Amino acid sequence: MSDTKLKRVDLIFGEYSNVKYKVLTDTIKRSSDEILDDLLESGLRGRGGAGFPTAMKWRLTAQAPSEEKYVICNADEGEPGTFKDREILTRVPRKVFSGMAICGKVIGAQRGYIYLRGEYKFLLPDLMKELDGYNEHAKSIGLNFPIEIRLGSGAYICGEESALFESMEGNRGEPRNKPPYPTTSGYMGKPTVINNVETFVNVLMIMRLGPIQFKLLGTTDSRGSKVFSVSGDTPIPGIYELELGMPLDRFVDEFGDGDTKAVQVGGASGFCVPRKKFKDTVIGFEGVPTGGSMMLFNSSRSMFNVLHNYLEFFEEESCGQCTPCRVGCQQLRKGIEAVKKGDKKSLYLDQLMKLAESMKITAKCGLGQSVANSFSSIVYNFKEEMIY
Amino acid sequence: MKNTKKDTKKQINFTIDGIQVSVDEGTTILEAAGQLNIHIPTLCYHEDLCVAGNCRVCVVEQEKLKSLPASCATPAAEGMVIHTNSMKVRLARKHIVELLLSEHNADCTKCYKNGICELQGLASQMLTGDHMFLDLVPDHKYTIDMFNSAIIKDDSRCIRCQRCVRTCEELQAVSALGVAYRGNNMKISTFFEHPLFEVVCTNCGQCVNRCPTGALIERNYIDQVWDAIYDTNKHVVVQTAPAVRIALGEALGMHPGKIVTGKMVAALKRLGFDSVLDTDFTADLTIIEEGNELLTRLKKALLDKDPNVSLPMATSCSPGWIKFIEHTFPEFLGNLSTCKSPQQMFGALVKTYYCQKRKLDAKNVVSVSIMPCTAKKFEANRPEMRSSGYKDVDFVLTTRELGIMIKQAGLDFESLPDEHFDSLMGASTGAAVIFGTTGGVMEAALRTVYEVVTGREIPFEGLNITAVRGTEGEVREASLKIEKTKPEWKFLDGVELKCVVANGLAHAKKVMQDVKDGKAHYHFIEIMACPGGCLGGGGQPIPTNKDIRTKRKQAIYEEDMGMAIRKSHENPDVQLIYKEFLGQPLGHKSHELLHTHYTPRKRY
Repeated sequence: MSDTKLKRVDLIFGEYSNVKYKVLTDTIKRSSDEILDDLLESGLRGRGGAGFPTAMKWRLTAQAPSEEKYVICNADEGEPGTFKDREILTRVPRKVFSGMAICGKVIGAQRGYIYLRGEYKFLLPDLMKELDGYNEHAKSIGLNFPIEIRLGSGAYICGEESALFESMEGNRGEPRNKPPYPTTSGYMGKPTVINNVETFVNVLMIMRLGPIQFKLLGTTDSRGSKVFSVSGDTPIPGIYELELGMPLDRFVDEFGDGDTKAVQVGGASGFCVPRKKFKDTVIGFEGVPTGGSMMLFNSSRSMFNVLHNYLEFFEEESCGQCTPCRVGCQQLRKGIEAVKKGDKKSLYLDQLMKLAESMKITAKCGLGQSVANSFSSIVYNFKEEMIY
Repeated sequence: MKNTKKDTKKQINFTIDGIQVSVDEGTTILEAAGQLNIHIPTLCYHEDLCVAGNCRVCVVEQEKLKSLPASCATPAAEGMVIHTNSMKVRLARKHIVELLLSEHNADCTKCYKNGICELQGLASQMLTGDHMFLDLVPDHKYTIDMFNSAIIKDDSRCIRCQRCVRTCEELQAVSALGVAYRGNNMKISTFFEHPLFEVVCTNCGQCVNRCPTGALIERNYIDQVWDAIYDTNKHVVVQTAPAVRIALGEALGMHPGKIVTGKMVAALKRLGFDSVLDTDFTADLTIIEEGNELLTRLKKALLDKDPNVSLPMATSCSPGWIKFIEHTFPEFLGNLSTCKSPQQMFGALVKTYYCQKRKLDAKNVVSVSIMPCTAKKFEANRPEMRSSGYKDVDFVLTTRELGIMIKQAGLDFESLPDEHFDSLMGASTGAAVIFGTTGGVMEAALRTVYEVVTGREIPFEGLNITAVRGTEGEVREASLKIEKTKPEWKFLDGVELKCVVANGLAHAKKVMQDVKDGKAHYHFIEIMACPGGCLGGGGQPIPTNKDIRTKRKQAIYEEDMGMAIRKSHENPDVQLIYKEFLGQPLGHKSHELLHTHYTPRKRY
């Protein structure tokens, strides 16, 4: 065991500033270009998992010609093993609103929405109370950017940005074709910035601390810190804010139960890292990225069951519109069952790996494309568990 | 290359399979490849519909991009380098077709679409003989809805491309079909999964025409018709709708837009029908009845100031439209013309007038119709369509079914000689022919009404009232000023007759909504349920798309121009039937046999 503990950070959940909405009030006095320059300098990338540079997303939307624009906070948090947005919205909702309002100012949006996961309905009363306070404050400082909450209905797919727009517009939650991207055609067909809850908080912290200080944390590719949802075979499950770019072995040293055989990084749609690769794996955009979920498995776990569980999840949560995802997920699940039972030779796993690769490159949205992540990494690293 | 608007649109330069190409901004990769005659396979794509991009069969490789974009949904971008047939693309497409096959009931020899199924076509192209994946069909509890007289929906053949859903919503504004459930359970279904006959479905068959597989098909009556033909005790009369003769050739390998009236008649005679007659005859009869009905309503409204008269009057020839208005605007049923459709008038007259003239017992007469339409199958089965004492029309076949029968009989259609319809209810006019296209009923009616009222021919070059010739995708309004009337129609002098023509139920809905909201004021409304009118009917050969409809439309007007008689009231058989049988328009016999009533239905 290593002596050096991972550095705990307290950006996200840190105290509010002394004066209510101080950072917001100060920031909106600055020019949009200044704010964007700071964001660019900070190197902030989206915290939902995909890691798109936030400054670029905002700049593209700011440049899109339209009178009507929107800011949407994606609080659908549906990825298995992720529960940090709930905590953020419970503990520091004002930081989220402020980040959104800054975005609204930068891109010229008149309205913001929080798309809240259906299962988080219980957060609503407190959140609404806070939101009333925000809306009042915004009015008092002459900021025309009201924020509203929209509630999802429990579909995983509605966390996909374009399916989320469809859901908000009252349609069946199905991803759209891209292009056009949300920066030019998002909610109601208007230029839209959609970011994860944590991203907006990061924006606010960059505004408070300045990009230089933010950059002190993390690595060249992964600036700043990240809130992790740690679960599985760990004595200390919970939510931890850690510096990005840490090696996985140090993470396991600290959070594992001493018998960790694999870590699923990034939830069901993420990658499974086996013990032998802990040392060489960096948690960050240069290595294995995550939206926050870190699931630890010890040697008592069957990786076949883990994968089977993920596949069942995808099979059910696929919207069903595109072929690779709808049918591919069924084939993968049924395929590993057939190999396990001996109905199919173990070689069939290779066929399934190729299918997963096809799904990755042909599926319409991120859901179908990312099934291959967990499938291939688990089958490749735990082949014997799939067969015997 | 089809770059007609070169000067107005920005040009995008890129490469497909090593060929430099320049296209208008907004052109998709699929369209650009088509311009180069590179054929990219598709399934969910249809020219008439919005792009779904969900089957993913049309994926292509774009250099510097890890994923394969769907060519139907991706606009060309400057400098793109596209490969449509790379190793990556071929494997991905094969995987996708294999996946579709794995959840598809590929019992092809038991399928009505065997041989013309688009999925089957791709499977054979990709040599999927070894079925690389597991069979998922047993895992699904697929249902078959065969409770409907017009359309059968077999979920086990469905590939979830949603062409039907988009058709029902975009073209028809009916939305009887929608997507239900999610993931592995996702299916195309109806309101609360009720069978089609219990929901707002109008039986228009536009979905059937666009379904790439055998998931949505017409209920076929081919065997029943053969049985009737072979039954020596039965006298089998067949009628053919105007729009069949300009499309049937397509079902038999000919190019779109060929007029095959003579060959069709020859084929029907060789199939063994005892009498081959023309729905055109009752189309003309419809004009006389409906024209007089319109004039009667106008007289009541304008002269007698009767507040209860229902104007505008709407046409009633299109059974898809009828079911639509029964569901969607039941408060306007009084505005429908009470005239039966030409098919049903014909059926009623076959079992009465025809039998009387030919000295046949109606119980031994089988009345068959060949229609461009699936809704006609439903219409023939309506309980009110038995005014002759028998079922007016026993079996309705689509243009496609007739094509199948001709093939079954081993006829070489193209080399058949041209033959003429049998006499008695076989005479036709140009006015009847144009019933097959949007605006046709309106034009035919105006040709007759104007002449009845003024005693003069309608004052348009060559009798062509181009102002009411409907156009696809739009609602066409026109007005006609009536001047110098005959004395008995004095009240119409100076009246501007306001007409509107719409095709496709989405446009029909708009017209009716405007009427309902008091935004539009018309005297006469012509609605055809299908895009382009009957020529684009749900029972027409597959494929039907905008190009093909345009060619069929040209053929119809060509046929009209070529007719010796072009006004319904001059049809000699029509004049004869009034003299011998019906007496006068809107007379007692007419009401009994040629007119009907409608049933209000609920939306849900």
